[in-house]
Amino acid sequence: MINDTSPAVAKIPVSNQKDGPLPPEKIVIRNLNFYYGSFQALKGINISIHNRRVTAFIGPSGCGKSTLLRSMNRIFEMYPGQRANGEILVDGKNILNQRDITELRAKVGMVFQKPTPFPMSIYENVAFGIRLYEKLSRSDLDARVHWALSQAALWDEVKGKLNQPGTSLSGGQQQRLCVARAIAVKPDILLMDEPASALDPISTAKIEELIDELSQDYCIVIVTHNMQQAARVADFTAFMFMGDLVEYGTSEQIFTNPVHERTNDYVTGRFG
Amino acid sequence: MNRSIVNRRHRIDLFVTILSTVMTGAVLFTLGAILVTLVWNGLPAIKPSLFLESTPPPGSKGGLANAIFGSLVMTLLGILIATPIGIFAGTFLAEYARDSWLAKTVRFINDILLSAPSIIIGLFVYSIVVVGMGHFSGWAGVVALAIIAIPIIVRTTEDMLLLVPDALREAGAALGTPRWMVITRISYRAAFQGLLTGVLLAVARVSGETAPLLFTALNNQFWNANLNAPMANLPVVIFQFAMSPYEDWRQLAWGGALLITMTVLALNIAARYSVNQRARS
Repeated sequence: MINDTSPAVAKIPVSNQKDGPLPPEKIVIRNLNFYYGSFQALKGINISIHNRRVTAFIGPSGCGKSTLLRSMNRIFEMYPGQRANGEILVDGKNILNQRDITELRAKVGMVFQKPTPFPMSIYENVAFGIRLYEKLSRSDLDARVHWALSQAALWDEVKGKLNQPGTSLSGGQQQRLCVARAIAVKPDILLMDEPASALDPISTAKIEELIDELSQDYCIVIVTHNMQQAARVADFTAFMFMGDLVEYGTSEQIFTNPVHERTNDYVTGRFG
Repeated sequence: MNRSIVNRRHRIDLFVTILSTVMTGAVLFTLGAILVTLVWNGLPAIKPSLFLESTPPPGSKGGLANAIFGSLVMTLLGILIATPIGIFAGTFLAEYARDSWLAKTVRFINDILLSAPSIIIGLFVYSIVVVGMGHFSGWAGVVALAIIAIPIIVRTTEDMLLLVPDALREAGAALGTPRWMVITRISYRAAFQGLLTGVLLAVARVSGETAPLLFTALNNQFWNANLNAPMANLPVVIFQFAMSPYEDWRQLAWGGALLITMTVLALNIAARYSVNQRARS
């Protein structure tokens, strides 16, 4: 395992195929441990994640990939008995002992496995988060909602029915509404927990296109069960197993030339 | 396949189907018989004077205006007291405490209160409020009805809020929404129809309660809007008039019984309808 051999933070060894130089590190995680009560779900995770790139976490069920994602915006704190120690540096600041959690969540957006539209209109769904942080005039708010829905590639489908409930949309549209809601507050980072696993193939393709688009502006971290998806959308991929980070590299390297035997077994479908 | 086993299963199936149908019929027949009797005997009493005149002495003309007014006022005030307490307590159980020992204790006590005989609650309020004030009063009736309504509202509020998926709360929190806003803007909104249904069911339940009012509001033969004095109310008037030897009193009792039944029926249908609306959205 990587932590046994090197205490250093896992870094990307080679420059990636995307245009331009590799952007700076956005998230640096050092020696992160996570516990559900007495069960340790993450064991000393070290990793750095780059801005304006898509980083995917893959691994079998229960490997800790969702837990890691849920640490990055401290959403786990909603439940008693869940705790994390170590460091998660976002722009150099450790968010685990940051006082103001609201500020953190304005910066780190999240999209969940199942679409979670709020019980209100499409417009209000997107405006909800904006209103938490900014007092905009009606026209500015309209413009921001329009912008967010366009960014999420949903505007053309909903522009005539902004006052209808968010739940009236199809599953794929609902998920893009959730993406619009998350980016409406202008975060730096977008966390996506299996964002397409509850969707049909066409909607999945749309979400993947969207991730690709958004990666030009955001640091995107995605957890996925679907290895083809990771290979398609992610610039970098990390393979996790039993709470350890086993291997981290460019997606190309992880899927074509993994160093560790476990990674090789997993990406070739021998287990998991 | 063994023919005899299949035949046996068909016979059992037929037997169970017939048994369930007959039993359902028996229940429906009983309910129908009650409603028909009620309408048959009560309908002649439904006339303007029923709503305009107060309860008469035997042998003279009158209506149930004072009792209808008393019931409306006491039910309304009781529900007004019970609703915030019930909603907040239910919110505490579903949103904050969940599986803590405190929540388990509160839930257990609430369930006991929910199934406590209403006469016990009447006696309790009697010994505290009526004895304390030195006389029967409308307020004592209000307190008794509120105590009966609270556990119903607590229970339905908790159940309805628990139906709101945690994923929705997480999505709210992930945007940076403070907890109180997640509850008021998201959970309450998602569960609104259910919360309303709980309150309607509580109204339906307390508007027919007799025993607790017998010990608290007692009754009043005259028009009275003063909650510090004994107050007329439909259930107790029905109880008194129905047992009387006077034909005109019994007629009024039938009218009052029909009135309460129809009100409760309408409330239940409204509650059912609002739940269906919720299921559709």
